[in-house]
Amino acid sequence: MRMIAGFETPTSGDIRIKGDSVIALPPNRRNVKMVFQHLALFPMMNVHENIAYGLRCRGAGKDEITRKVGEVLERIGLPDSANKEISQLSGGQKQRIAIARCMVLDPDVLLLDEPLGALDLKLREHMKIELKALQHEFDTTFVYITHDQSEALVMSDNVAVMKDGRFEQVGSPQDLYHNPQTPFVAGFVGDSNRWSGKVKDVNNGIITATTDSGLTLQSKSATGDSVNAGEDISIFVRPEAVQLHLGDDAAQLANAGGDLNHMPVTVESMLFNGANSRILVNTHSGERIEVDLPQRGEHSTLRSGDKIGISWAQSQSLCFRGNYESRTKTPGVSIAVCPFLPVDFTIDSTAAYRCIYPVSKRKGRHGRL
Amino acid sequence: MGAYEYGLGNYIEFFNEPVYWNTLLRTAVMSIFVTFVTLIIGFPIAYYIAKIARQRAKAGLFLLCLIPLWVSDLVRSFGWIVLLRETGIVSSFLQYIGLVDGPVEFLYNDATVVVGLVYTVMLFMIVPLVTTLDGMDDSLIEAGFNLGGSRLTVLRRIIIPYAMPGIISGCIVVFMLTAGSYLTPILLGGKNSQWFTEQIYEQFITRFNWESGAAFGVLLLIFTSITVWIGLRLSGQTLSSTVAKT
Repeated sequence: MRMIAGFETPTSGDIRIKGDSVIALPPNRRNVKMVFQHLALFPMMNVHENIAYGLRCRGAGKDEITRKVGEVLERIGLPDSANKEISQLSGGQKQRIAIARCMVLDPDVLLLDEPLGALDLKLREHMKIELKALQHEFDTTFVYITHDQSEALVMSDNVAVMKDGRFEQVGSPQDLYHNPQTPFVAGFVGDSNRWSGKVKDVNNGIITATTDSGLTLQSKSATGDSVNAGEDISIFVRPEAVQLHLGDDAAQLANAGGDLNHMPVTVESMLFNGANSRILVNTHSGERIEVDLPQRGEHSTLRSGDKIGISWAQSQSLCFRGNYESRTKTPGVSIAVCPFLPVDFTIDSTAAYRCIYPVSKRKGRHGRL
Repeated sequence: MGAYEYGLGNYIEFFNEPVYWNTLLRTAVMSIFVTFVTLIIGFPIAYYIAKIARQRAKAGLFLLCLIPLWVSDLVRSFGWIVLLRETGIVSSFLQYIGLVDGPVEFLYNDATVVVGLVYTVMLFMIVPLVTTLDGMDDSLIEAGFNLGGSRLTVLRRIIIPYAMPGIISGCIVVFMLTAGSYLTPILLGGKNSQWFTEQIYEQFITRFNWESGAAFGVLLLIFTSITVWIGLRLSGQTLSSTVAKT
């Protein structure tokens, strides 16, 4: 992010905006504007002066400044606040002013550095929607950096997941969620149950594996790579892919078709959270599995200690080569989210991604776009 | 010696004697000049300490600014005298490298007084400036560049307005210290310095005219206060937003 804005220089690679390299341009000559994490509104100026600053730097006339500031305030829905001091604004209003201050200059790209990080939960949910609306309003490419994956998925057309300063995967939110290409992405985007195990045999693309605790699972390779018997793999299953079977249904499960993974389990506890309720179940070998609990009433009688069955399709469990170290061990990650509206913004070549690493290491922070 | 009377006689005497108020004016003008020079030199130093230097270097640089204050005014001024007098180090050095033919006297002129005073009060300018600049979020500067400002614009429109409380509070302290200083102008400027404090000293000690000395003291106080008030007015700051804040 700081490289796109020009505050840091990549050690290699290139950054192109609308096809032209901007590497050699200093930050004040690039048509890339940035909304800082803590907004960085100028406290000694009022709202009008804050927004006018960029126009004035550009040498715009007085009438033009007044007109444009009025227009942009209209668009962000704060037409009367031109003469307010920054300290009089609420968090959400400050956010909008910070965006307006950039948008008044018609940038090619707007960068937002964890724009919602400083807001409280309620406001964050609200601003998520608002930001998306603003983006449509201004019709410009927005690039967000965020650690909040739901923010990334909700707001963007294109998501890049970064780890240690490298792009793990770039794709649409749907793509990232359903077809993760690396174990890190699978673990980072959305929730997953995960196991590590060894491949027992491979048949027709269906991989049968035994987990470390002795479960036998069938799954598909996520990347299409072929794996051989005896290899270490890790397996990911989304909680919403798992189905619950109660009563008779559970008894019949044992005879179900071959393309299902199924097992009897014991309910450990219920995590009620409205529409996002979960249930934790234990397998006989003591593994804990998270399952989404549909709130349609038929499961409301479930109690801790009940014996039920669960199942999921082979195609819903993804496996990757190698062992996946648990998420707590991996460093924090930034997701760069780019709603590529007019696709005129490219970061060129893998070299550009790689270059981010040494810089971020030197600065002692985690990878940043 | 008659009985004591209340009255403004001593003040009237001050205004009737041009030497007196010329000295006061000269002191004020010189002090303002010293304050200005200190600000011009101190601001880049403070900016460097607050924004560019690494954390560890900061303490060291601060210490360097502080060290001159560890010795008394007197010793510091004598230090300058050793350097600048006719037979001093600078003069000898210039003769040695052949730039001048005979010994040069650097002491006893206005420039030396200004240099000596700036050196003495520099720290009082740097400390409030560093404090304000330290509190400034780096992203403000970056935002300034990001929105298209040149270096000059960012300095003029963002950094200086932000640092204004620190600048004013530093200037007030420095101005007061300079206008009220005695040893440095006397020792480095000699009889030519015509500093107002010297005038007060003379009234009290040499001429034994305590009444007049007391009146001069009050006049100096009033005069510097008015100058500070005008300065605050011109910069649009208040005392509570500057000195009282730091």
